[in-house]
Amino acid sequence: MEETAVATKPRETIGTLKKSSYWNVVVKDFSRNKYAYLMVLPVVVFYIVFHYVPMFGATIAFRDFSPARGIWGSPWVGLTNFIEFFQSAYFWRLLRNGVLLNVYDIIFGFPAPIILALLINELKNKFYKRVTQTVVFMPHFISLVVVAGLIREFTAIDGIANYVVEFFGGERTPMLQRAGLFRSIFVSSLIWQSMGWGSIIYLAALSGIDPQLHEAATLDGCGRLKRIWYINIPGIMPTIVILLILRMGNMVNVGFERVILLYNPITFETADVIASFVFRRGLLEFDWSYSAAVGLFNSAVNFSLLVMANWLSRRVNETSLW
Amino acid sequence: MVKDKSLNDRMLDYTNVLVLAIVGLVTLYPMIHVVMSSFSDGKSILAHTGFLFSPLGFDLGAYRAVLRNPMILLGYRNTAFLIFVGSLYSVFMTSLGAYFLSRKNILWKKHIMFLIVFTMFFSGGMIPFFLNVNNIGLTNTLWALLIPFSITTFHMIIMRTAFATIPDSLEESARIDGANDFHILFRVILPLSMPVIAVMLLFYSVDRWNAWFWASIFLRDRTLFPLQLILREILIANDLGVMTAGTEVADRSLIAATIRYAVIVVATVPVLFIYPFLQKYFIQGVMIGALKE
Repeated sequence: MEETAVATKPRETIGTLKKSSYWNVVVKDFSRNKYAYLMVLPVVVFYIVFHYVPMFGATIAFRDFSPARGIWGSPWVGLTNFIEFFQSAYFWRLLRNGVLLNVYDIIFGFPAPIILALLINELKNKFYKRVTQTVVFMPHFISLVVVAGLIREFTAIDGIANYVVEFFGGERTPMLQRAGLFRSIFVSSLIWQSMGWGSIIYLAALSGIDPQLHEAATLDGCGRLKRIWYINIPGIMPTIVILLILRMGNMVNVGFERVILLYNPITFETADVIASFVFRRGLLEFDWSYSAAVGLFNSAVNFSLLVMANWLSRRVNETSLW
Repeated sequence: MVKDKSLNDRMLDYTNVLVLAIVGLVTLYPMIHVVMSSFSDGKSILAHTGFLFSPLGFDLGAYRAVLRNPMILLGYRNTAFLIFVGSLYSVFMTSLGAYFLSRKNILWKKHIMFLIVFTMFFSGGMIPFFLNVNNIGLTNTLWALLIPFSITTFHMIIMRTAFATIPDSLEESARIDGANDFHILFRVILPLSMPVIAVMLLFYSVDRWNAWFWASIFLRDRTLFPLQLILREILIANDLGVMTAGTEVADRSLIAATIRYAVIVVATVPVLFIYPFLQKYFIQGVMIGALKE
């Protein structure tokens, strides 16, 4: 196929002016791959319409947008919206809440699937192993709305969580109405739901460890704990490092849908994050330009963190996700 | 010495089994509690606090109310449409993109790849996205939940990785027989990629099943609401009016005590029943996703 395509075009065309020779190559490439380009066309259209048009639409952050005037007809206002946001009390609150939810999730949520995978990996009974996996994966398949509903039931004043608290001598409170408890509830529900699913990748990494290492270590008199510590953990370290780096790249992103389902005005102080704020100000209160500015700020921070994370993972592992 | 070690090992085994059993129980308990409460009768549930491992009394009243409720059935119907039509359509679009990106010797592949991957790093944000979909005129149709979400980039990259592992020789021999790119994708690549197609169908189905946020924004007509949106009204907004309509006033508070549990069961059990059979595909999906070049 390739040879015939080359043969039909006279060789000399490649030697002519640089610009025209590039276009010759383009034309040749298009005629050879016309069906492939035809196939990717709807995909490209999708990305342009639903990803790039909104990126240009984000310029409303620098305008005083009103739906009547449309995006292009609204007057420019420069950085007014951003300055308003940076000077408002919300700025630090939203940033702090987003970062803290992430920090707690990294401290408690990130190691959970690793530990779980190490434990499951030590199970010898195949049946028991499979049942355990099935059970711990299960919450991943419960929808977020239902999970939030469960949390609501269990943390209510007569709920099971309060029963446990009372049993240990605490006092019953409507937990979701307590700003001080929001982060704990958020992070523990996240761990409950994603720990099992997250362990899959570590289990795969563990099964890739050479069994000879374990045999050799056993011969040298290493017990199970020592082998976990000196063989299993170093064996999955590359996976841990790359996932940690990628996790760090998502520092300002919070599962805001979970936030929206769990928070209420009483807990905004600790629960409100940038995305939920944008949702309220923009989609519920129609403060378009201001909320678009807040959203754009979030995207910009997120972009720089992701670029850094990707660069770092390329350095560390000589691979990057993309 | 040797005996000592094996004793140590056995202790470790027992502790491990015990710890995992506790983890499993904690993971499972919320579901047990919900199922048991849903079958209990309202009066006993209202009086009861604490753990529950078997139903208190036995009453199917909550289920009768749920299954008679038109909104739940409507929600299921809309969600079924989103899953069947949406997943097939998304997998189709995703495989077109993945095919192109898995080609070799295509001049603009890098440019298009950049165009696509860039969207994983940067987005215009929620507000411009909403205004855009609104301008296109998709709001208040179920298509608003499908077309703007045609392709999940991460899924497309997984699929491209899978396509790239198919030996070139198959494609070359098809080309010699006069096949074009359409033939190669639909007659050669896709039939050989059934596992990854299954994984993709599952991933997209789960996405469609869970989706509620954009549905709550794009849809105004209640008859279009997917199941999750109905659930949100009942479970989060605490709007039981939807559910207790049509029951005797005297029964309402009793049914209200168990109805939320029954709703959760009805909305969750189908998925939890199907999923253990599909578990291996989900695991495969995660594994392909983890492959890096």
